Amino acid sequence: MSYVLTCPNCGPREVTDFSFGGEVNPRPTTRPDKRELGAYNYFRRNVAGVQREWWFHRSGCGAWFLAERDTRTNQVLLTELP
Amino acid sequence: MTRLPPQRGERIDRRRPVDFTFDGQRVEALEGDTVGSALYAVGQRTFSRSFKYHRRRGLLCCAGQCPNCLVQVDGAPGVRACTEPVREGMHVEHMNASPSLDFDAMRATDLVGGPFTPPGFYYKTFIRPRRLWPLYEKVLRRAAGLGRVAKSRREREWRTEYRRRHADVLVVGGGAAGLAAAAAAAELGADVVLADEGPAPGGRLLAEGGQDHAREAAEHARRAGAELLSNAPALGAFDGLVPVWQGDTLHQVRAKRHVYTTGVIEQPLLFPGNDLPGVMLSGGARRLVSLYAVKPGTRAIVATVCDRGLDAALALIGAGVEVACVADLRADAASPAAQALVRRGVELRRAATVLEARGRGHVQGAVLGARGGDGHERVMACDLLVVSGGGAPATSLLCQAGARTAYDAERGVFALASLPGGVYAAGEVAGHGELHAAELSGAVAGAEAAHSLGLGDADSRARAVAGSERLSRGPVGPSGVAVPPPVAGDRGARCFACLCEDVTAKDIHLSVEEGYDSIELSKRYTTTTMGPCQGRMCQLPAIRLMAAETGQSLEQVGTTTARPPWQAVPMGVLAGRPFEPAKRSSIHGRHRELGANVMWAGDWRRPYDYGDPRGEALAVHDAAGLIDVSTLGKLIVRGPDAGEFLDRLYPNRLSNLRPGRIRYGVITSDAGRIIDDGTICRLDDESFYVTTTSSGAGAVYEWFSWWLADWPLRVHLTDVTQGLAAVNLAGPRAREIMAKVSAVDCSSEAFAYLDGKQADVAGARSLILRIGFVGEVGYEIHFPAAHGEHVWDALLEAGADYGLRPFGLEPQRLLRLQKMHILVGQDTDSESTPYGAAMPWIVKLDKDQAFIGRWALERAAEEPPETALVGFTLPDGRVPKEGAAVLPESGDGQVGQVTSARHSPQLGQVIGMAWVPAGLARDGAEVTISDDGKRLRARVVTKPFFDPEGEVLRS
Ligand code: FES
Ligand SMILES: [Zn+2]
Repeated sequence: MSYVLTCPNCGPREVTDFSFGGEVNPRPTTRPDKRELGAYNYFRRNVAGVQREWWFHRSGCGAWFLAERDTRTNQVLLTELP
Repeated sequence: MTRLPPQRGERIDRRRPVDFTFDGQRVEALEGDTVGSALYAVGQRTFSRSFKYHRRRGLLCCAGQCPNCLVQVDGAPGVRACTEPVREGMHVEHMNASPSLDFDAMRATDLVGGPFTPPGFYYKTFIRPRRLWPLYEKVLRRAAGLGRVAKSRREREWRTEYRRRHADVLVVGGGAAGLAAAAAAAELGADVVLADEGPAPGGRLLAEGGQDHAREAAEHARRAGAELLSNAPALGAFDGLVPVWQGDTLHQVRAKRHVYTTGVIEQPLLFPGNDLPGVMLSGGARRLVSLYAVKPGTRAIVATVCDRGLDAALALIGAGVEVACVADLRADAASPAAQALVRRGVELRRAATVLEARGRGHVQGAVLGARGGDGHERVMACDLLVVSGGGAPATSLLCQAGARTAYDAERGVFALASLPGGVYAAGEVAGHGELHAAELSGAVAGAEAAHSLGLGDADSRARAVAGSERLSRGPVGPSGVAVPPPVAGDRGARCFACLCEDVTAKDIHLSVEEGYDSIELSKRYTTTTMGPCQGRMCQLPAIRLMAAETGQSLEQVGTTTARPPWQAVPMGVLAGRPFEPAKRSSIHGRHRELGANVMWAGDWRRPYDYGDPRGEALAVHDAAGLIDVSTLGKLIVRGPDAGEFLDRLYPNRLSNLRPGRIRYGVITSDAGRIIDDGTICRLDDESFYVTTTSSGAGAVYEWFSWWLADWPLRVHLTDVTQGLAAVNLAGPRAREIMAKVSAVDCSSEAFAYLDGKQADVAGARSLILRIGFVGEVGYEIHFPAAHGEHVWDALLEAGADYGLRPFGLEPQRLLRLQKMHILVGQDTDSESTPYGAAMPWIVKLDKDQAFIGRWALERAAEEPPETALVGFTLPDGRVPKEGAAVLPESGDGQVGQVTSARHSPQLGQVIGMAWVPAGLARDGAEVTISDDGKRLRARVVTKPFFDPEGEVLRS
């Protein structure tokens, strides 16, 4: 696995410069019931396709940003600050 | 040393001698020589002993393509003599022969030969009886592999750097086509890198009289702006990333477009005795002559299937070698080279080939005859047998990049059939072997690559179109090739299909008989193509043999999957620089001077102790101790919403903390699991100073900043972990010591437990936190790291009269255990909640905020945890291992585990912490611990072992 991500601050960098923050998993805005809470904490969609996800520029500017990546090809379609 | 008269374009510098040693003997060489050319020049003919049978092997390709010249250079095994430049004083040794190249005891495997080592021999033979395996293994380990990796560190300490190179176009291969492609793309404004394995760009041109042309083409590409890398083989193609190894640098080239001009690999011919030293590929013989002015032999026979062999014969004649006969497998080759040979009176036999090479230890003669042998055989003497089986397109890297190949019956090779998007092929690998066609195809590919990136204009596009039209009209490939038979001549002597792994034609026959009748199976069973040549010399012959054995067409047999690495590469190059980043606090030098035993703690190097862990721990209780805690994570959280921010992150309340006060806090995930812990000190209305565990510093910063990225709060985070040093001064005399280094009033009225004050300590501006991780009155002093040693020294000096001693991590762990303070990650794991970890008081469910973990903790509060973290004492004095099992009262299994245990000299007994069934989490309950099979009865304790009410701490 090897590809390039474009940090919105720093520009294109090897993926190994970043930490992966997982797919975007919005936090419930109101108190979830047991099932919703379980789903939020433990379930991910894990799509084979374009996924919106968090990345952290660990060996760089230290910013969190969002990316849209095709999990089948590792093609990164978009990166942006939240 | 004998050399030919100066050759045009020779690489050697005759005025600059270079000396090195080979197996301890001094060898005179010239600057520009390779180890191989220099040794050949002084008469060395055996360069290695083969892998299995320990047969003599000599120079075959002189181009780094075969396994025959592997030697050990300055301790590093697996170096190719024919491409390794000579260096003054280098030590070259042979490999895989003992005691010497000329007398190798393991040669017995060849002489006993025959039925002794057929394919699968090792799998079948050394499996029974099982109990003898340890003995077999010892013997086999010695017999396996080539060369020996040096044991001592120095020789193995490679320093390789990674270089990340992003480019528009990467050209792999620096021959005529590659240089043209690089120039064309660069001229259109593309950022171009060219990686070439040779020591200078030019490829085949250099050994075939085209050195001036090569120099001009390289100059042209450079002027256009291309970066040319020499001695830089590409190792593979991974999802658009091509690692290029150049000396002590690994270029990780990531290009938008790739042009492969990898050329062809000259193929050997298969006949009995084809591995004898003195059997050489035509390209190898030519390189010896033209690059190093070395005469490869005195009397040569040439066997070829194409014009390459004829050209080589002419070159050999030019070098003064007597060419006794040229056998051309083609029946009707009337090329200019053939005419030139005839004019010179060389005997040119058509439709003929070599049926056998003869000789002991070296070629002494060859049997020539018609294909398959029709009776008109002739035995001729020679000391050099030059062969050429034609060129097989070097498609491996292309295939790794996604290209497909198909069998080309006319040329008898697997040629490119399709290319993936963004990948181009040009030159001989794409079938354009003739110089002008190669250059034109390179220029077209380079221009097309640039055009696809939006560079160039209508003119350049028109030129590219015209160029590719011209290419499609022109002649393709070398003029006429005959496809050689799988094996020429069927005689007793061995015929090697794979030189690396010593696989003979007969072995392939046997493996098909045993049912390994597909090329991929045969590869795994016989290990053909799996050696150092990576199939360059053996893939095509193996496919031909397989086709003949199974009656399939070559198309049906197909090729094996191309896999990296394409070029043998030391592991050290891939591993990169041996780089273990060690963090050291700014006080570290002092710890060393004090004789600390230093240990790894995460990324940090920290004092385990100063030689006396029990004494150091006791000193903290009896007088005072000083520990370097600079490794703690330190964050400043600042802004109008800082309090709100922390209230959302911690289960307890922090916004109501008064400036100058401290609170302990645990960070949990949204699943309510403990992530980290530390203290929070409010500096002023808008600023908090947050400490984290040493190992959690990075993760907590990521965690905080992640939530901050999502929440619209006016908060700013600053990580000051590296900028500030910290020490903890603790013990009954700590107060008196503080008074000597600081003006701050340390009376318990003025500076109470959990107060934080900013004041000077030994002249350094500090934040002093009165907290007590080790159970005694303590001051954690944070100050600029630059003053680390100064403050440390001042404190030790001030404490000298009070019995102050530095203490390390081990005594600190004992002291905190006495206080039952948890270590996150040691006493807790990824499943632990504050409730299980006996800290229900830290969770404030009556807070307003939907803090992180709240919902899960609300549920946890309702459903009591199954297990709980408790303390225990052990009367019988044995210290159980961390991780020892807590056993159920009846039945089998495990109901908990010990997380920490120590013998406490202060308390005079063994204490520890363990997860036990929640029902047993009460003072006085008894649990059974199994430590290495020994059952221990432990008594549960729920309050700190030392100073359970915290009176000492607060005093
Ligand atoms: S002779 Fe050196 S690799 Fe072939
Ligand atoms: Zn960045």
